[in-house]
Amino acid sequence: MRLDNANESKKNRKRNRLIFRLIVLTVLVAAVAYALIMNAKKGNTIYGIGDQAPDFQLQQVNKNNELETIQLSDLEGKGVMLNFWATWCKPCEAEMPYMEELYPKYRDNGIEIVAVSLDSTEPVIHQFIEKYNLTFPILYDNRKEVNDLYKIGPIPSTYFIDEKGEIVEKVEGGLTLDRLEGYFKKIQPETDK
Amino acid sequence: MNKIKCECGHVNPEGTVLCEACGKPIEENQHIDGNNQKRLLNMRYEGSSRRSLTYNKSIIDKIWRFFSSVKVGVWLIVIALVASTLGTIFPQAIYIPENAASRDPAIYYEDQFGIFGKVYYQLGLYDLYSSWWYMILIALIGISLVICSIDRFVPLRRALKMQKPKRHETFLNRQRLYSVSTNISHEDRHHLKKMLKKLRYRVRNEDGHILAEKGRFSRWGPYVNHIGLIIILIASIFRMSPFLYMEDYVWTREGEQKVIPGTSGEYYIENKEFIIEMYDEDDERFKDAIARMGGRAEKNFQSNVVVYKNTDVSVPGAEPKLEKVKEGQIELNHPLKFDGYALYQSGFQENEFSNMSFKLYETNDPDQKAIENFTVDLASPETEYKFDNGLRVVIDKYYPNYYLDEDYGEPRSESNDPWNPAFVFKVYSPDNESPEISFAGIGRNIDPTGENQYKLGITDFETHDVSGLSVRRDYTLPLFGLGALIFMVGVVQGMYWQHRRIWVHPKGEGILLAAHTNKNWFGIKKDIERMIAGTNLQMVVDQQTTKKNNEIKEDNDE
Repeated sequence: MRLDNANESKKNRKRNRLIFRLIVLTVLVAAVAYALIMNAKKGNTIYGIGDQAPDFQLQQVNKNNELETIQLSDLEGKGVMLNFWATWCKPCEAEMPYMEELYPKYRDNGIEIVAVSLDSTEPVIHQFIEKYNLTFPILYDNRKEVNDLYKIGPIPSTYFIDEKGEIVEKVEGGLTLDRLEGYFKKIQPETDK
Repeated sequence: MNKIKCECGHVNPEGTVLCEACGKPIEENQHIDGNNQKRLLNMRYEGSSRRSLTYNKSIIDKIWRFFSSVKVGVWLIVIALVASTLGTIFPQAIYIPENAASRDPAIYYEDQFGIFGKVYYQLGLYDLYSSWWYMILIALIGISLVICSIDRFVPLRRALKMQKPKRHETFLNRQRLYSVSTNISHEDRHHLKKMLKKLRYRVRNEDGHILAEKGRFSRWGPYVNHIGLIIILIASIFRMSPFLYMEDYVWTREGEQKVIPGTSGEYYIENKEFIIEMYDEDDERFKDAIARMGGRAEKNFQSNVVVYKNTDVSVPGAEPKLEKVKEGQIELNHPLKFDGYALYQSGFQENEFSNMSFKLYETNDPDQKAIENFTVDLASPETEYKFDNGLRVVIDKYYPNYYLDEDYGEPRSESNDPWNPAFVFKVYSPDNESPEISFAGIGRNIDPTGENQYKLGITDFETHDVSGLSVRRDYTLPLFGLGALIFMVGVVQGMYWQHRRIWVHPKGEGILLAAHTNKNWFGIKKDIERMIAGTNLQMVVDQQTTKKNNEIKEDNDE
């Protein structure tokens, strides 16, 4: 009888020990997993493919375009090319003519180009618009708020956003005409295809 | 598994090396601590049963056993050290200089360091310290630390709690300090006890057997220390959460108001003034030092700023509604703090151009007497300047940081920064149909046609400074502080106190005397000398130095 009790308590202690070890290991593994996930996410706290593009509102400064301000959420229902650029940036300058070339056609197909300039002064933007006769909306982020919102690093940086406001593609660096048209086709709203 | 019953009646857990109660070596387990080959007993962990060495059943137990090995822990540390060293061979990706030809790691390393650089990149060593495998390595060290500590602390505490004053004879005569005295009088025995108490030992008595103990809490030093380390590790995990830790950087020009990055558009900063103070070159005390420094020694870097809060953050980019939160100065190591954020002085750029004044004069006027004067504000330039006499100057092109580009064959601006401003002006006069074009910048005044009636010259300019501020929000710092404090408490606890024990074992008319300490053997010998002075007791002999073939190493508990 006493032997049975002893065996019983031994069994219990053994089980408790196993549970204790299991809990300690689980907590440790959970902490490590959390650390790894957070670390993996750290690299792209910026909005990426599949995310909803965060809303913003900026002054439109292109005199060739009729809009005064643009709020991104107002463009829902359209595919949006959101381009971050500056006048002094060579690869930005290189892709601008392509954008202008495709704009009239794709505008009718439900696509809007929104080019946010990260320049410090407005006159340089106007000079640039004049040089290339740009007609799509150019926004001026004078307080660098939208730049901070999207955590823009090197430019050009381009987001292709579908009609539901979801980021479909993100391009770091310059675009060629072919690639640009490819992306346009991708974000073109269904109804306009 | 079987419990082991010692002859003293105490039941020990399996794997026990020395009976928890009387200290008698348990025959079949002596190999565990290597006692079978040596004269002296290995007192590490009191010869208690480290559970990891006994159970090895389920997968959980196997994992536990793996991590509970100090050997595994040491190897993990060695591997982490070697890996960390590899990361210092070439600069990490975040330290690729701003002005590098290409900042893309894929290109930069091969470009700079050749084939080794390429291999370095391919092995992923360019971003070593946040690579997943490096983090796992550090995590494994953390796991090993926790499990090793638990696995040793629990049985050690149990063994120290269980120990009885009455010890087995073998336990005593296999201690490092040991002596046998014969014919000890009752007075001497009494004196012994009195002296031990006087030396502030805690004395326990059992049938004439004495255990005198002092400084047991120093045995917990390593475990307290490990708790500190674990808190530091937890704090560094918390640091990865953007809410608890955020770091960013902002350049602000004097007079400029802009959003503070990393605050979700909630806070704005206005730089009122940036100040650099120098040490006085004429001061006798500093003269030589300043000369050594190359004639310039900064005393203070300071930004006077105003912080605003945007009360309407619903749509970023829209005109903010700003409310002043704080006005103050930021100096090196004296950040400005507001609502959990801190702004640190971290950089500066002197003498950016803020405005430029021009005069308009006639080309053929030898005195270059100004007909008109105007000033261009470079932060937000007006593009047209009209004058009463019908003349009109228009800025056709503005290059904030002018250079002549080889590829484009035209003037361009290298960046946003007004470091080398240049302009293309159009001058309209009532006499001429078409405007005259002239180019003006620092040290440049070009008339492209050579037929211009009017010329433009720079008469004056003003400059401002730009202040670089790092923005930080760190709620984890107190936790790091707590961890470091506990770490230090553990170190002090283990370093400055020793766990000393003296056993007195009556045997017939005589006495067996043995002593053990975890460090400072000299100290305990001194205690014993004072204790036996004036009695017939034999001074203990250090058996480690007397027994020739005894190669026992001194083991610490860590």
